[in-house]
Amino acid sequence: MNATPLMQAIGLTRRFGGLVAVDGVSIDLHRGQVHAVIGTNGAGKSTLINLLSGEIPLSSGRINLEGKDITTLAQPRRARSGVGRSYQRTTIFPALSVLENCRLAAQAAHQKPWTLWQGAQSCRASLDAAHAALEAAGLADALRQPAGSMSHGKKRQLEIAMCLATMPQVLLLDEPLAGMGAEESERMLAMLERLRPGHAILLVEHDMDAVFRVADTITVMVNGAVIASGDPQAVRTSPEVQRAYLGEDAHA
Amino acid sequence: MDISTFLVQCLNAVQYGLLLFLVASGLTLIFGIMGVINLAHGSFYMLGAYLAYVLAPHFGGYFLGMLLVGVLLSAIFGFILEWVFFSFLYGRDHLQQVLMTYALILVFEELRSILVGNEVHGVAAPQWLAGGVSLGGLMTYPVYNLFASGACLLVAAGLYWLVNRTRVGMMIRAGASNRDMARGLGIDIRMLYRAVFAGGVALAALAGMIAAPASSVYPGMGGGVLIMCFVVVVIGGIGSISGALIAALLVGFVDTFGKVFFAQMSGIGVYVLMAVILIWRPQGLRSRGF
Amino acid sequence: MHSPTLPAASVAAVPGARARRAGWLAPALAALALAFAPLVLGAYYQELVVQIMIYAIFALSLELLAGTTGLVSLGHAAFFGIGAYATALLAPQYAPGSVALLLVLAMLCAAAYALLVGALSLRTRDVYFIMVTLAFAQMAYFVFHDTAIGGGSDGMYLTMRPVVELGGSVLADLERPRHRYFLALGLLVLCYAFLALVLRSRFGHALAGIRINEQRMRAAGYQTYRYKLAAFVLAGALAGMAGFLSAAKNGVVNPELLSWHESGAVLMMIILGGLGSLRGAVIGAAAFVLLKEFYSSEALLGPAIAGRWQLTLGLTMIAFVALLPKGLVGIGRRFTFPRKPS
Repeated sequence: MNATPLMQAIGLTRRFGGLVAVDGVSIDLHRGQVHAVIGTNGAGKSTLINLLSGEIPLSSGRINLEGKDITTLAQPRRARSGVGRSYQRTTIFPALSVLENCRLAAQAAHQKPWTLWQGAQSCRASLDAAHAALEAAGLADALRQPAGSMSHGKKRQLEIAMCLATMPQVLLLDEPLAGMGAEESERMLAMLERLRPGHAILLVEHDMDAVFRVADTITVMVNGAVIASGDPQAVRTSPEVQRAYLGEDAHA
Repeated sequence: MDISTFLVQCLNAVQYGLLLFLVASGLTLIFGIMGVINLAHGSFYMLGAYLAYVLAPHFGGYFLGMLLVGVLLSAIFGFILEWVFFSFLYGRDHLQQVLMTYALILVFEELRSILVGNEVHGVAAPQWLAGGVSLGGLMTYPVYNLFASGACLLVAAGLYWLVNRTRVGMMIRAGASNRDMARGLGIDIRMLYRAVFAGGVALAALAGMIAAPASSVYPGMGGGVLIMCFVVVVIGGIGSISGALIAALLVGFVDTFGKVFFAQMSGIGVYVLMAVILIWRPQGLRSRGF
Repeated sequence: MHSPTLPAASVAAVPGARARRAGWLAPALAALALAFAPLVLGAYYQELVVQIMIYAIFALSLELLAGTTGLVSLGHAAFFGIGAYATALLAPQYAPGSVALLLVLAMLCAAAYALLVGALSLRTRDVYFIMVTLAFAQMAYFVFHDTAIGGGSDGMYLTMRPVVELGGSVLADLERPRHRYFLALGLLVLCYAFLALVLRSRFGHALAGIRINEQRMRAAGYQTYRYKLAAFVLAGALAGMAGFLSAAKNGVVNPELLSWHESGAVLMMIILGGLGSLRGAVIGAAAFVLLKEFYSSEALLGPAIAGRWQLTLGLTMIAFVALLPKGLVGIGRRFTFPRKPS
């Protein structure tokens, strides 16, 4: 395990009027590690990912990527600096083919919008990146299919593939297992294992079995603040965590 | 500029702003609650003006009675219109709504042309509101205009009370924020929408009726008001009644004083104001909430 | 977020190479037919076709904005009108101007206003955007209507139509209807080909992605505001081209060219033809002009109905949008590409 985190978030706070959605959250993401974030509904997990990806601005706090301060960078710039994210609700392009979905995402790293005479399909770089991402996501055999006609599980895989298409270093995954059956979840977890060595992964999930199987570190959030963070075993047996989950749901 | 001229212009600004508020509040309510952008909203203003023109000879001095009848008639019209046309627009994408309501304007313009012709008309203010009030000895301000502003303020207050202090208002606000939840609470959404739409039409028509004696009644008057309403809603924030009031008054002042100081480029002032708001606060002065 | 009822750009969804090659055939044949049409058409119908071609360019420019990028602008006529007024205002008084110069200037003026309007309007979304674009078009309308810049509400004349000059000799004189016809045709073909290229390019694909799901595009790393602004300015410039042709054809410009009726009309054209396709824009423009001709024809419908063409046209549009949301092209597609069992 390397000592310096790839992505470091320090004291992230986000207020919406009087409501504090995220309260002084600090989180480190290391390459080759899966850092899971769990918590009850409304704990601020999705807001946290939005803050890290740059979709919404911070009220206070700082975010570093490879030591550089990226706090003021807007989402597109962060994405090009190596921060990729997948969404909880699937945000693929349903009318386009699976390959085109990834190619379009990959094109973001090779934009050159002024090259009007060149067809987009002749962009070798974006096609290669798309093929690689789809290979990694296990969708290599579904390239020509219209994305909207696939099963839910395959759509979630495509969601991850699109995240990989820009070859990010950091993966912010927002409930990738949402709505998946047992077999599809297995496939997804296997994919996460394959992705682990090359990336720093933040995983927001509700599926506790998956989380405890795959995570190197777990952070627990309640009402926007971190109540426990560390080794999965320690978190599982922590009294604060048990208090937070008792009476809420029976997963822990 | 001496004090009485300034006062007159201020009164004009307030009057224009309040009339605009009446129309814009209908527009913003309809959009805020039903999610429908209605380009034909200006036509309801025109409807009110022409109603005043048609009804005035029959009512003589019973001006308030005429207003009441006009409001009722336009509410009924709005109710039916929602039922046979607008209810089909819910859930369609904005482009389709824009096109269908734009086509509706064309239809309304032609119907008006068939029913009452294309001439410009005037509507006389009732006797008991005629004449002027002296301001500082040098200028007189028409009593009717004061009445118009007063009437609009009354309606605005009534609207505030309705939306914030009654059960109906609560249902409206509930329906605005969460349609399915409201339905789950037993509120008949269809009837609520129909009532809100009818209310929006009535507000616009009332503004038209009140405005008729002060300005003239002419074809295409709906178009000008509609665009001003759009500016008001953009500045004030869509779905917000208080935002519409502040924005309408702002627009009233900028437009009135703009015309005084820059006679030639008068119409532009309001758009410059809108541009400034867009640079500073693109979501409008009051982004959400009433 | 865009609703799923709008058809996606046909770019990435067209199945197979055969369809792609066939995609060039129909427009090429149409251009050919238009090139030979003056041989058989009388003067009145020739002018009508020129009007259609001008509106086709106008509609194509809006198609880039609304159909491809998903930006519904209700103020697109402003750029059309500014192109026309720029032509009239910048044309020399006592000698025919140069087509090349005036066309470029008209497009630049339109593009400049598009840059201003776009930069501000694109800070808003959806309904706000629709309203703001309308408001800015009204602002331009008022400038030309209320001030003496362009002759006020009466408009102004284009004293001498421009010519195409090369090395001192006149190649084409726009005072002659047939030359106007071929210039319009040439510009239409160029515009169509250019936009086909744009849709095929990285830029065009990015615009389509922004229409389908802007959030996903931002998450991938596209600075979507810049793309949208570029599309807005490009669309404005092309509308300015149509405006130039309008001034050259009619010899007169007036503020109604910037009115919201004009903006509404061009929006109706692309819906009529079918949103999301270049040929839809051209077909829609033709259909709109012909429908209006039909509904206002006293010879065919009698003076009573012909006088109420706004009513008949309005009702037709309502029925159309309600019943045929995919437009005329949608009908065609249903017959040429049989539905595959999914």
